[in-house]
Amino acid sequence: MDEALLRSLTPSVLGILVRRGVDFAAAEDAVQDALIEAVRVWPDAPPRDPKGWLVTVAWRRFLDATRADAARRRREGLLDEEPPPGPAPTVDDTLQLYFLCAHPSLTPSSAVALTLRAVGGLTTRQIAQAYLVPEATMAQRISRAKRTVSGVPFDRPGDVATVLRVLYLVFNEGYSGDVDLAAEAIRLTRQLAAAIDHPEVAGLLALILLHHARRATRTAPDGSLVPLAEQDRSRWDTASIAEGVEILQTALARDRLGEYQAQAAIAALHADAPTAEETDWVQIVEWYDELARLTDSPVVRLNRAVAVGEADGPRAGLAALAELQDTLPRHTAVAAYLHERDGDLTTAARLYAEAAHKAPNLAERDYLTRQAARLNARRGR
Amino acid sequence: MAKYLLLKHYRGAPAAVNDVPMDQWTPEEISAHVQYMHDFAARLEETGEFVFAHALAPEGTFVRYDGEGRPPVTDGPFAETKDLIAGGMVIDVDSYERAVELAGELSAAPGAGGKPIHEWLELRPFLTEPPTITE
Repeated sequence: MDEALLRSLTPSVLGILVRRGVDFAAAEDAVQDALIEAVRVWPDAPPRDPKGWLVTVAWRRFLDATRADAARRRREGLLDEEPPPGPAPTVDDTLQLYFLCAHPSLTPSSAVALTLRAVGGLTTRQIAQAYLVPEATMAQRISRAKRTVSGVPFDRPGDVATVLRVLYLVFNEGYSGDVDLAAEAIRLTRQLAAAIDHPEVAGLLALILLHHARRATRTAPDGSLVPLAEQDRSRWDTASIAEGVEILQTALARDRLGEYQAQAAIAALHADAPTAEETDWVQIVEWYDELARLTDSPVVRLNRAVAVGEADGPRAGLAALAELQDTLPRHTAVAAYLHERDGDLTTAARLYAEAAHKAPNLAERDYLTRQAARLNARRGR
Repeated sequence: MAKYLLLKHYRGAPAAVNDVPMDQWTPEEISAHVQYMHDFAARLEETGEFVFAHALAPEGTFVRYDGEGRPPVTDGPFAETKDLIAGGMVIDVDSYERAVELAGELSAAPGAGGKPIHEWLELRPFLTEPPTITE
């Protein structure tokens, strides 16, 4: 059974049903039924036209479900006016699904779950496992999301930025259990990039390919964090980097800069450096300036302070840092790093310990505690 | 089998024998400590006694209902003596004695100077469902 084929067909089949006027939740149920039927029937009798087969079966399932409904007669009257199921059109309904699933009326977590289910074709169980919540909880989250968007007209153009944000969220969830969300995000973004010609979509695809290329080296076998400068660059995925850079260059050439392209440019500069010392920090600072102009995000300016520290020395980095609120996430960790580079080991050790206290995850906390311990061990004893 | 919760405390438990804050250890001592915890959990997985383990952030807040509107949030009614839970591990073991044995073993995780921390761990049994009575 070709699971990948089923998964890739799911969104367009769903899209065709919704386009025919089927309510989103009902269409989703019908498509799931058709998928189950496919898993049962295809091994013995593979269809000539898998998509057409799925549309026909899903459509029948929908008709059955509707007929069984209490408002039978009224709905049958409606159905009589519908066109008969013909050959499946190749319009990009998938794109409409993206916009529907990333609708602004949904919370980010609901949008992510719905996207993985409706566009990604993952099962509720797989999504629940990836997010470490019980399957029943995830089923509720998804069905509430479906109810929220069920009244949204299918043809209204959505906001690409929202779709991209959802896909980036999926990517950043990374890996857990048997579903690799990072790979899933890449697959979906590729699909989106094929369907829509937009430099920011290309920018996001480039960005996540470049991040993904370094993924294997970001943690040690024991799960501890390996900072960029210490990563084994020979283990970076050069094919992925080359693809990301090429996509980025094509996008940049169109001169419609956006935040994902700018972020991808920074990632590309890191990926491009043969050693950490050879990183082009001056250019990275320039890209952070662009990014700050595009987003005006304090987190971007925090990252910029790190880059300034590398390009113009730790004092310059600390000066840039002084302009930012010290309540920003990772502000203390950055301050600790810059103080260490500046040679003030006592302050650096104290700040590393403080940053460890505030760390949002265990790997980061262990890493920062180790940094404090390293400096304390060097000073004392 | 009975489930027990092993609680690690940031504060609130009696002081450990080898009571040196982690940022005063050497990086190698930290690695040895982390490795010990991993190995401990892995071994309990093999014996079928491991259920769940998770670390908690040091900063928590107290929240309560205070009439309509947003509930008040403070860092605790008793900030000085606040019992700060660092994390916990749930084990499913045959007996109370086995739970005590494992807690003792976990408390022996190496710390500064490679010597056991001897930290106090709180051991709390899970209350169980009442037995089903079949007539």
